[in-house]
This record gives sequence, structure tokens and C-alpha cells, in this order.
Amino acid sequence: MKKTLKIVVLAKQVPDTRNVGKDAMKADGTVNRAALPAIFNPEDLNALEQALILKDLCPGSTVQILTMGPPRAADIIRDAMFRGADGGILLTDRKFAGSDTLATSYALSRALLKLSPDIIIAGRQAIDGDTAQVGPQVAEKLGLPQVTYAEEIVKIDDNEIVIKRRLERGVEVVSSPLPMVMTVNASAPECRPQHAKRVMKYKHARTTSELQAAQNDYLNALCNEKEYLNIQEWSVADVDADDQQLGLLGSPTKVKTIENVVFQAKEAKKYTNADEDINNLMVELIASHTLG
Amino acid sequence: MANFFSDNKDLQYHLNHPLMKKIVELKEKGFADKDLYDYAPADFEDAMDSYRRVLTIAGEVCGDVIAVNAESVDHEGPKVVNDHVEYAPGTVKNLEAIVKAGLSGLTLPRKYDGLNFPLVCFVMTNEMVARADAGFENIWGLQDCAETLNEFASEELKAEYLPRVSAGATCAMDLTEPDAGSDLQAVMLKAHWDEAKGTWLLNGVKRFITKGDGDISLVLARSEEGTTDARGLSMFVYDRNSMCVKVRRIENKLGIKGSPTCELVFTNAPAKLVGDRKMGLIKYVMSLMNAARLGIGAQSTGLSEAAYREALKYAHERQQFGKPIIEFPAVYEMLSNMKAKLQGSRALLYETTRFVEIYKDYTHLSHDRKLTPEERAEMKEYTRLADAFTPLLKLFSSEYCNQLAYDAIQIHGGSGYMKDYPIERIYRDARITNIYEGTSQLQVVAAIRHVTTGTFLNKILEYEAQDNYPSDMDSVRKQLVELRKEYEAAVERVTSGDNEQIDFHARRLVEMAGHIIITYLLMRQAAEVEDYRNSAEVYAKLAYAKNKEAASYIFNSCCGDIDVFKAVIDEQ
Repeated sequence: MKKTLKIVVLAKQVPDTRNVGKDAMKADGTVNRAALPAIFNPEDLNALEQALILKDLCPGSTVQILTMGPPRAADIIRDAMFRGADGGILLTDRKFAGSDTLATSYALSRALLKLSPDIIIAGRQAIDGDTAQVGPQVAEKLGLPQVTYAEEIVKIDDNEIVIKRRLERGVEVVSSPLPMVMTVNASAPECRPQHAKRVMKYKHARTTSELQAAQNDYLNALCNEKEYLNIQEWSVADVDADDQQLGLLGSPTKVKTIENVVFQAKEAKKYTNADEDINNLMVELIASHTLG
Repeated sequence: MANFFSDNKDLQYHLNHPLMKKIVELKEKGFADKDLYDYAPADFEDAMDSYRRVLTIAGEVCGDVIAVNAESVDHEGPKVVNDHVEYAPGTVKNLEAIVKAGLSGLTLPRKYDGLNFPLVCFVMTNEMVARADAGFENIWGLQDCAETLNEFASEELKAEYLPRVSAGATCAMDLTEPDAGSDLQAVMLKAHWDEAKGTWLLNGVKRFITKGDGDISLVLARSEEGTTDARGLSMFVYDRNSMCVKVRRIENKLGIKGSPTCELVFTNAPAKLVGDRKMGLIKYVMSLMNAARLGIGAQSTGLSEAAYREALKYAHERQQFGKPIIEFPAVYEMLSNMKAKLQGSRALLYETTRFVEIYKDYTHLSHDRKLTPEERAEMKEYTRLADAFTPLLKLFSSEYCNQLAYDAIQIHGGSGYMKDYPIERIYRDARITNIYEGTSQLQVVAAIRHVTTGTFLNKILEYEAQDNYPSDMDSVRKQLVELRKEYEAAVERVTSGDNEQIDFHARRLVEMAGHIIITYLLMRQAAEVEDYRNSAEVYAKLAYAKNKEAASYIFNSCCGDIDVFKAVIDEQ
């Protein structure tokens, strides 16, 4: 009998940078969020799927989403609930604004201390910053073991998890005691789709500020009556955080300049039609993400 | 990242039809389920919002999973392994995606774990699945067999089988045999009651069974020894878990290759009786067939959508003589005709679906309580309309999807004849739609009685009397009145002859009625949404020309003509 796990998935709502147009950046070099649709960070969806697989393996486990962001980031918590998460917490406060990875991981770790999960799962990195720092920093701040580049959970026992990692030149299978932090690669299975009945059950889920903004008596009554429709909202005070370590104050990262890089093909390579050459070309194209 | 619901405005338009209000009321019966199930809607808007959301999920599964797997499924197809069907890997992935998205049991009541959605929504999913992969649509669409169980089976059978369908179990309807295709009265598969085992046992062979190795099969079998006609046939439900049916072979078909068409051998296969004995063909198969024909209407419309999109895309991309070929009159005319036929098919599809929906909802309601006289009258009216429109839809949509696939290949030119583009698969897949579940010729047989009894004429007169058409399309309305009068005259001329005369001209008459009806439907849409204007005008031109052709044929024929055509019978 496997134990029931308390799982928290760290997720971020990001601008969809996969299909950017010319108005994707503002003149000052920052991302023009208004021009790009806000989406669930793709690798965080891979992380969510790993959490849901664990939940399937260990019945009775719970999956919570923890996200830091503006009020509309509640959208990704709802999306996660439609796919199988039990609920979520939105960490939102003006004092969080402008946080770099250090300040973000500090804020998240404060919230996680309150939640004390058995397993924390995050996507490897977000497509807006591409740093891959937040997961590892959270682990460091909480003093927990971390497994990065996770692709598959091989085994879960009462006190141990065995994970396959996808590395540049192969795979590695490692084990870790619980509690722990894992970050998940895009090569892990895609997240399951939204589930019809869950969508209908959770579509009215709201945060307190959303309810206040909507001024809708019916929604208020519904959320009052049904506990599972309440998405929690935590402020700085709720997680007992130190203002000095948050937002711009707590962010040592400074953007020096932003350059607009235009790729230009400058060199030509010659390949023969020998199997080996074709193979090398394929490996190169896959490595550069041109293919696959 | 494709979504076959979000990218299809026409589909979304049909979801918002005014009759949906009545349909949701009948389906939700005062929204009583909201206190019993956490996913039941509280009011009309809530229900419609749920339909849109769930159709969006279905659209994503179709665009991102089923469409992506279509080519490999077409190439690999299913196999017989150890007397059972083994699906192509892509089909397995499609089925998994549907279960994960919780889309099974879409129309079944919530007490059987279904979503209790209207038939309109189910038909929309059928259409989207067919656009992605028409072969897989058969596997998806056959869950409609559960509706037949829901309508006619005992509570015990329903409780046993329906929750399994909601959990993703696949279904099949085992009707045809080597010597019983269109003529199902000839079914010989034997059912006998085994006193010792306390069960019905089935023995015999079924042939051309779509998805023949499904988890749950409805089987038409001869339960009355010594009989040879329809009155000796009953309907049974067979559970695959008993493993008493072997798949002898899977047919090697022209198209819909992902859908296994099986020859099945039943050996003492235990089965349970559905409903009453002897009612198998007379009542239950008729209901099953009507539902299946609506399903093919949806499948055909989905195929038309796919063909039109492939053709439009290629016509923009392909450059000849220094410009995209879509700019040549021969090509843009073809595409506009295709679009008009596609939208015409869809208009007829949902008009028919709503008729079927309302009469079925009333039937279910009549099991719960006595209907008021007004409700009974309404149920009767919608039943008649459903009976008339279902074969009309099957005839038009299946013929149109073949025409669209043909034209789409033409637009692709030589490339379309190659295996490099999806259109060759769509063309092959389309070819079955006007054959199975009753050929076009048999749809005419079913529809002609509504020509002779006036169901179509009355409906046309009703459309004619309505005033919800664009004010500046009066010339088309005048033409339609002219066509209606001509249709009446043609019917009168043909019905003044004998039955053979009527059968000989039947298709022409049914098609004349259909052209008029579809033009009215498209004009009605054009009054609401400007986007339909062009299709309404283009279709009106096609309808006018086609009806003139049919009328000219009929008025230039006399009784003696038939002998000229009959002469071929004596040829060897």
C-alpha cells in the first residue's frame, strides 16, 4: 500500500512566445504581454501530468497548483483543475511585482513552507525567461533534495522516489528521499486533456478578488455553498514573507541591454548522401530543435 | 495546435439555433439534476456554456490527436490477432485521448455516468471526428448503439451496460450477413434459449460488421424457429468479455481503413434479449438505422469540410501562369459550389438533428409521465419530419461529400492523385458514405413516401410562408415559388402513373424537394449572418439548374419510356 502524497505543482502563466509577431517586444526591450496570449507554461503542463500520474498511482493523494502572478493567473489554476488537479493557490500581491528568479523562489518557498508537501514538481523552465532557475532555487531554500530534467517516475515508495532524467547524451536513473523537488522536461509525456465532467464541475471556481470584481450574486452563492469552487489567494502577509526579499527590492538581476538578434545563415555545410552524413545531419537538426 | 470546433464558425452558428432553448428544456427537465450531480447545469445559459466548453475539448482532441494519427492509421489499419481485432497504434491513442477527455457517453443520462448532452452536440462531435479521420468516426459514432439500449432495454440491462459506454467501452451493431445486406429480413443467425444455462445462445455468421469486435454488440438474430421473415427476428446484446465470437477476417477496403469491417463467427455466444421478442427488425433496427443514417450525415459533412479545406488551401498555394490557381474562374467557381454544398449539407444536418432530438426527447419524457395532448401532437409532427428528413439528409450529404472530394482532387491536379496529400484518403473514405447504412437508392425509397404524402411539400410551403429571409433576396424567393409549383406539377404527373413509374422518377422528385429545402435553410441563415449570403445565392443557382434538369426529364418522359430502360435486363 503506497502512502497518499501531498503534491504541489509550481506553475506559471506566461506570454505565448512560440508564435511571436513583430509587436512582441516593447520599445524599452521588455515583453509586450498585451500582444501575446497568456498560456500555461508548456513544461509546467508536463509537470502537472507527472503529478497526476502520481495521484493515479497513489489513490487519495492531492495535487495543488501554486502559482505567483496577477489575478488573471487564476486561469491556469482552473485549467489545471479541469485536467485533474484538486485545487490551487494564487500568490498575488503588488509587492511580488518585478521579482526575478531569486525573489520568486523566495516567495514560493514561503508558501511551500505553509503547505509542507511531500513532492514539489515544477516544469524545467518557463518560455518567457528560459532560466530554469526557480525549481532548483526553491529546493535550495527549503533544503530539499532536487532532481532536475525528470522525464519519468520509475517507482514511488513510502519514503523514496526513483526518477529517470533526460540528459544531453543519455538517461540517468536516480533515487531521492521524500520530501523532494523535481523539475520536468518537455520530453516527458504531454499533459492529459481537460476532462469534460471536471470542466463542468469546476468552471465556476473563482478567487476572492475575481468574485469581488464580478459582483455576481449567483457566483457568490455558488462559491459560498461549494468549498471546492474556492481558489485560494495568498498575499505577502499570508506567507509571512520579508518585504526586502520580494519584488524589485529582492531582485539582484538587472537587465543591462536588450539586443534584437536577427539570424543570418552565414556558413554552408556539405553533406554527402552516405548514411552516416544523413545521420549526423538529423542529430544536428534535432539538437538545434529544427526538427522534433 | 488545431481545434476543429474553435476554427469552425458554421458549426458554432448551428449550436446557437433558437430551438436549442426547447431542446435544453426537454433534455434537462427543469434542471433537477443540478442538486444530484456536481457537473449538471443550473439553467439554459449554464448548459449552453458547458456544451461549448466540452465541444472545444472535443475539437482539440480531433485537431491535435485524431487528425494527426489519420495517415498512419490509414496505412497500418487493424489486424486480426488470435481471432480478435488489434487496432492500429494511432487508433489506440485516439481511444485513449477520448477516454482521458471524458467524452464518452455524451448523450447518456447522468445516472449512467453520461453527460446528458443533446443529440445536436453528439452530431457535432461526429462531424469533427469525421473531418479528422472518417474511419475513426465509425468507432466513435457507434456509441450511439447505447441510445438504442437506453430507449428500449430493461432497467437491468441499462444499469449493466450504459455506465460501461460512459467509461469508454466501444459498441457495434451486428446486423448484416453474407445473404442479408440491404434485405435484413433474410437474417439467419440463430438465437436459442438454453434452459440449462439460463441464457440465450447465438450461433452463426455475421458479415461486413463495422467495428465487429466491439466491447458491447447489438445483434439481430432469429429467435423464432421456423420463421423466415422479419417477424422472427429479435435484438440481443452480446458482451465481448465472454469471448465466444471469433473474428474470421477483416475486409480489405477502398477507404475508412482504420475502421475494422469484420466477419464474425458466433459459437454458443451467450446474449441477453433487448426489449421484446420478434421486435428486433421491425422496431429496434429501424431506430438503430435512423440513428446510423444521421451519423452518416454527420460523417459526410465532416468529410466535406475536410475536402473543402484541403482544396481551398491548395488553390491558394499552387501558382500557375504567374498567379495562385484560385484566381482562375474555373477554380473559384468550383470552390464556391463546394462551399455552398458543404454549408447546405450542414444546414440540413442540424435541421434534421433537431427534429430527431425533439421527438426522441418526447419519447423519453413519455416514459416518465403522460404527455399532454399538445405534446403528443408535437411529438407526432417531429417524428414525421425526422422520418422524412433523415433519408433526405443521408442522400444529399453523402452524395455531396463524394462530389466535394472529387472536385478537391481536381483542384489538386496531378498532385491530388498521389499519396502525398490527405485528399486522396478523403476521396477514398467518402466513397462508402452513399453506400453503407442504406445506399442512396434506398434513401430514395425511404424518402419518396414523403413526396407522395406531401410531408416535403407542406414543409416547403411552411418555409415559403415564413418571412425571415434577407429582404433583398426576393428574386430568389420568387424562383423558389416557381420551383415549388414545378415540383408539385412533376409529382402530380409522376404519381398519375403506376408504381414503377414512381420508382423510376423517385430520385428526381426527392432531389427536387431537397434542393428547395436546402435553399430555404441557407437563405434563413443569410438573414441572420451576412457570411451565408454567398452560399445561399450560389446554392440557389445550383438548385434552380438541377430542378430544371429534373423537371425537363420528367415532363419529357412518358410511360413507354420505361421499356427502353428495361431492355437492359435481357442483356447478358
